[in-house]
Amino acid sequence: MSAVEHNHEEDHGHHKETFITKYIFSTDHKMISKQYLITGLFMGIIGIAMSLMFRLQLAWPEKSFGIFEVLLGKWAPDGVMDPNVYLALVTIHGTIMVFFVLTAGLSGTFSNLLIPLQIGARDMASGLLNMISFWLFFLSSIIMIASLFVEAGPAAAGWTIYPPLSALPQAQPGSGLGMTLWLVSMAIFVASSLLGSLNYIVTVINLRVKGMTMSRLPLTIWAFFVTAIIGVVSFPVLLSAALLLIMDRSFGTSFFLSDIFIQGEVLHYQGGSPVLYEHLFWFLGHPEVYIVLLPALGITSEIIATNSRKPIFGYRAMVISIIAIAFLSTIVWGHHMFISGMNPFLGSVFTFTTLLIAIPSAVKAFNYITTLWKGNLQLNPAMLFSIGLVSTFISGGLTGIILGDSTLDINVHDTYFVVAHFHLVMGISALYGLFAGVYHWFPKMFGRMMNKNLGYFHFWVTAVCAYGVFFPMHFIGMAGLPRRYYTNTAFPYFDDIADINVVITVFALIAGAAQLVFLYNFISSIFYGKKAEENPWRSNTMEWTTPVEHMHGNWPGAIPEVHRWAYDYSKPGQEEDFVSQIVPLKEGEKELQH
Amino acid sequence: MTAILTLTVLVLIAISLWQVAKIFEMSQSKVDNSQVANDRDNDTQGKLMFAFLAFLYTLTLFSFWKWGDVLLPAAASEHGSDYDNLMWISFALIFFVQTVTQALLHYFSFKYRGEPGKKALFYADNNRLEAIWTIIPVITLAGLILYGLYTWNNIMTVEENDEALVVELYAQQFNWKARYSGEDGVLGDANVRFLQDFDGKNLVGIDATDPNGLDDVVTQELHLPVGREIIFKMRSQDVLHSAYMPHFRAQMNCVPGMITEFAFTPITTTEDMRRDPDIIAKVNKINKIRVENSKELVANGEEALEPYTFDYILLCNKICGASHYNMQMKIIVETPEEYEAWMSQQQTFAQVIQ
Repeated sequence: MSAVEHNHEEDHGHHKETFITKYIFSTDHKMISKQYLITGLFMGIIGIAMSLMFRLQLAWPEKSFGIFEVLLGKWAPDGVMDPNVYLALVTIHGTIMVFFVLTAGLSGTFSNLLIPLQIGARDMASGLLNMISFWLFFLSSIIMIASLFVEAGPAAAGWTIYPPLSALPQAQPGSGLGMTLWLVSMAIFVASSLLGSLNYIVTVINLRVKGMTMSRLPLTIWAFFVTAIIGVVSFPVLLSAALLLIMDRSFGTSFFLSDIFIQGEVLHYQGGSPVLYEHLFWFLGHPEVYIVLLPALGITSEIIATNSRKPIFGYRAMVISIIAIAFLSTIVWGHHMFISGMNPFLGSVFTFTTLLIAIPSAVKAFNYITTLWKGNLQLNPAMLFSIGLVSTFISGGLTGIILGDSTLDINVHDTYFVVAHFHLVMGISALYGLFAGVYHWFPKMFGRMMNKNLGYFHFWVTAVCAYGVFFPMHFIGMAGLPRRYYTNTAFPYFDDIADINVVITVFALIAGAAQLVFLYNFISSIFYGKKAEENPWRSNTMEWTTPVEHMHGNWPGAIPEVHRWAYDYSKPGQEEDFVSQIVPLKEGEKELQH
Repeated sequence: MTAILTLTVLVLIAISLWQVAKIFEMSQSKVDNSQVANDRDNDTQGKLMFAFLAFLYTLTLFSFWKWGDVLLPAAASEHGSDYDNLMWISFALIFFVQTVTQALLHYFSFKYRGEPGKKALFYADNNRLEAIWTIIPVITLAGLILYGLYTWNNIMTVEENDEALVVELYAQQFNWKARYSGEDGVLGDANVRFLQDFDGKNLVGIDATDPNGLDDVVTQELHLPVGREIIFKMRSQDVLHSAYMPHFRAQMNCVPGMITEFAFTPITTTEDMRRDPDIIAKVNKINKIRVENSKELVANGEEALEPYTFDYILLCNKICGASHYNMQMKIIVETPEEYEAWMSQQQTFAQVIQ
């Protein structure tokens, strides 16, 4: 520890900050966290705007929209969207939201901000790797955005880019240069994610301040730590899938392709299997769901405890649940492939492991609810989003019991039922986690407060619309409507669900507009928000013991020692309803045995 | 022109929202500018939480009332009722859990909203309580898993037998073909390499040197005799497709380079299904919508939509390219006699390539 302090003193003496080292190529975790957040939000705007465009198309497939012509140009002649572009929008929306917003934007932002601050470290274990990690992410974002502007259009094979569709430019125009850029972008993204994750793991293991034992870690850190481990285990597999696909596409290998006849021509590929790709992809793809979700749950745990003025209920059970979910998440990928043609016996095994995940998830949900019980709830915007997260996590998680059951999956696989399920349980929930985190830690990031009334407005409109969009979507899924259909007018059989699509789109448009209120609040608060106090939410964790003005090394003097866990809220025998982790135990006070 | 108009309107909407937000902010800022929830906020937001519970329940009831009739179309295969039972049991369970947990979550958010002078209960752990809500899901899920796996095995175990009819479903961008095994009951070998033989008449790439293939019949419509087990063999010539037959609770991916299979026994003919009261109601509803939509089309000088009659459908349910949304095949379930009559009119592969 003393070595780190020593370095820090030295830094102050010799190191002069320029604009470039402070704001652009910064190695300070707080600045990197802001860079992640702002890049993530920018990507989020693109991703959400795309979803609004294809929602318009789905609700009124016969109409032409001038906005399509403006934004899509030659891909929407006379304002009528081309089917290939529809698929491209769906694909890039999924890619951006899952990887760029909810992985990098959420985990990148809050792991970077909170790991050093909450464990009492001067910075990440390696500031340089951290900086490289961000800039690789930035580069991959640029490449992904660049792919939108290539002649034949961006990748359009769905965010899962199953070959052969993604491998053969003859199969769809997006599988040409657009797909190459997608693959390059994702390969760089994986590198960025690995550097970030390794850094998080090393930092949590090695740089905890004196007294910060693993059993005193805030649940946020537990969540980020375990998330980083899943990332390190599973992201490399995506990289290998992407590399093999690049080989098939550009160098004539046959890892995933076999016996193909397309556009009047027999291709030379022999002996490969698309099912192999599916295994590799979902070996990352499923843990990815939890890479997205666990940080959001960690953030929620922290915010619900703080704002309930109560200890989080069942700390130990929460930690065990996080670890159990993480472990199970790596052995359930096959539930995306029940009807892929793999042996039905494998389907049985994956059904079993998948439904097991419901157990730790249920424990978490009940523990959140019990934390609220007999609390003194401070309903700040961050708290509303956290409660909203628990609500959508339950609603979306429950339908997982249907989809995880191989039998029931037969008829709802790849329908809108799936779309509704995963948007609620990981899309909306993780977005709520992101919003909750931004509202809660904004004072720490920018030294100012966000406007709470705009926050309330943002939450309620979003909450109503999120259910308005995704609840009815279960119905069109159960009716048998497949996802990724450009329009359902080709089947008169589905004419009676056209009105549901209109309802969904109207809610989606309102929800999209409500995010502008958030953006306004976010940007204007950075410059004009009320100056924050050191500990505005009266919280126990260590980040609130640092000065409001950011400084290299986080604490001006020595880092304070930790004496208790993070959840001594409303503890009997204390004057205040919170006791910071750095306050020593009183004489005769017992630390809770958890 | 419309483009500029739309863009202008959108920009105006965005600006007005921005302004509304600003006004909202300014009107509130005079009251309190600490930006941390005060007692009045807690009171209002707590009540709104309770109102949100009412919204959730209303949305649920409204959706079931308005759209309940589109859920799971009537089952037309033998395993369909097993599937539906499992579905409704799971549904009832999650519906119950959803109702109770959302009620607790939102009621607690309302009931324990911050009030002046209130102190929260220091309550960090209760092993018995946690054991209870670990064990209850364990038992419930064990039941569901066992029931699910039992049904799964029944559905997915395909045993070759002489009674069953073997049909190949052949997928390509963007249509379906069916191949019947003919009198010998055996599908001839096939590979995409043979597709170009016989001036493109070899539609699914049958190996002409394999005698089993000569009596095979390739069709554009899928005719199935009622009450007989059908074993489907799926193939694809280009990209992944998925053969999805929602009425039969059947789906299987078609994978290039590999043969996948799925089997079911249709139990209701198309004719009988058309007489089903639910289907009649659905068809009437759809036709009413189509008449409504036609009015607008006719006004624009276009042709009116044709009235809809019920048919079973086979859809593609794996993204496969531009016309993925329109990759379909009509399925006709008929009596064995009707089926034989139809089959006798079809040309065998040997006849096609002569």
